[in-house]
Amino acid sequence: MRIELNCTVNGVARTTQVYPMARLLDVLREKLRLTGTKEGCGEGECGACSVLIDGALVNSCLLPALQAEGAKITTIEGVAAGEKLHAVQEAFLRYGGAQCGMCTPGMILAAVNLLERTPHPTEAEVRNGLAGNLCRCTGYTKIFEAVVKACES
Amino acid sequence: MRSYVPAYDLIAARNLEHALSMIGDEWKPFAGGTDLMVLYEAGKLPHKKFISIRALPELRGIAVAPDHVTLGALTTYTEVQNHPVLRSEFPLLPRAASETGGIATQNRGTLGGNIVNASPAADTPPTLLVYDADLELISKSGSRWVPYATFHTGYKQMDLRPDELVARIRLPRGRQGWAHYYRKVGTRRAQAISKVCFAGALRKEGGQIVDVRIALGSVAPTVIRCYRTEVALKQEPSVADVTLAQEIAPIDDIRSSAVYRLRVAQNLLAEFQSLLSSS
Repeated sequence: MRIELNCTVNGVARTTQVYPMARLLDVLREKLRLTGTKEGCGEGECGACSVLIDGALVNSCLLPALQAEGAKITTIEGVAAGEKLHAVQEAFLRYGGAQCGMCTPGMILAAVNLLERTPHPTEAEVRNGLAGNLCRCTGYTKIFEAVVKACES
Repeated sequence: MRSYVPAYDLIAARNLEHALSMIGDEWKPFAGGTDLMVLYEAGKLPHKKFISIRALPELRGIAVAPDHVTLGALTTYTEVQNHPVLRSEFPLLPRAASETGGIATQNRGTLGGNIVNASPAADTPPTLLVYDADLELISKSGSRWVPYATFHTGYKQMDLRPDELVARIRLPRGRQGWAHYYRKVGTRRAQAISKVCFAGALRKEGGQIVDVRIALGSVAPTVIRCYRTEVALKQEPSVADVTLAQEIAPIDDIRSSAVYRLRVAQNLLAEFQSLLSSS
C-alpha cells in the first residue's frame, strides 16, 4: 500500500505517494524527476547515488522512502545557488574533475559534505572523504586536485 | 533480479512499546537498511514485512558510566568514530568503524544491525569480542543480558528469539594500559568486505603478557574469539601461530581462499606480536 511521503528536497516541500520500500533514488528520479542523482551499483558500493539527508551523506539506493519522511534532502540539483555554481562544481569544471560524468554528482555531494565538516582537509582527508565514491574513468587524481583547489577559493 | 516493490511492507514504529508489540515471526525490525536494502535490491530478501525502528530515541545514544560505556543498538558507525571516550578507551572500535563501508554507509549503518546481520566477515564485531561486550536483548516480556562472546552460535545463527531486539551494547571500562591492534585485509581499505580482519589487545607487566584478547573476522562461520591462541601467547608464544591455525576454520569463497586466509591470519598474529613486543 502506498504512503504519503512528505520531505523537503533542495529547499522545496514535496509530497508524493510512494511505496514505503521504494528506494529514495527511484523516488527522486522517477517521481520528482530529479535525474541528476545517478544509479551505479544499486548496492551501496559506488556512491553514484549519494545525496545529503539532514546534512549527512547517504546512498539513496539504500534508503527506503519511509525513512525519508520529514527529511531535508539535498541532491546535485540543489548544490548551486541559482545560476551560481558551488566552489566544488567550479573546481571540477576548471581542473577536469569529470570524464564521463556518471560518478560526478555523488563525488560533488561527498566533497561538499567533506568541506562542510572539514573546511581545509589534508589530501588524506580528501581521499578518505571520497573513499565511498568510485570513478571508473580512473580520474581520481584530478578529482582530488579539484577538491583541494575548491578549498582555496 | 530486483524485488517487486509493492510486495513489501515497511511501517514506522511509533515508539519502543509499539515496536516490541509487533516484532516477531510476522514483522521483522528494520534499522539503517545498509544490509537489508542490498538483499532487497538483489531480489534476495524473502521476508516482506518490516517495522522501521530507526527513529526510536530509546535505542540511540552512548552513555558513559563509571564502570561501563553503553551504546544504543542504533548507534551509527559515524557516532562511534566521533565519541571521545570510545576513541580514548576503546580505540579499536572507532578504528574498525572507520573501515566499515564508506562514509555514506557509516552514516546509516548501526552497530546493532551489524551484530544481528551476523556476517562472519563483519569488521567491527571482532572488536566487541576483544572488549568483552555484553548485549541487552529486549522483548515485550522483558530484558536479558548475554555475553557477546556466546551470542553467535553458528553461521547466521544467534541466541535471539524472533520477538527479541538487541537494545544496547555494554563495554566494561578499566582497560587503561592495554595495547591495541587492528588490521583489516581486503581488496581496498574502504568499502571492500574483508578477506581477514584481526583485532587484538593486551596488557603486560614486567615484559610478560598478563592479559590478552584476540578476535578475527572472515575465518570461521562466525566472528571468533581465539581463546586458545590467547593462552598460547601468554605461555608459549612461539607456537601461537600453530594454535591459531587449529582454532580458525577459513574457507574458499568469492573473496579469498582458505590457504590465503590462514596465511594472512598468521601474519597478522605475527605483526600483533612484533608490534607489541617492541612497545
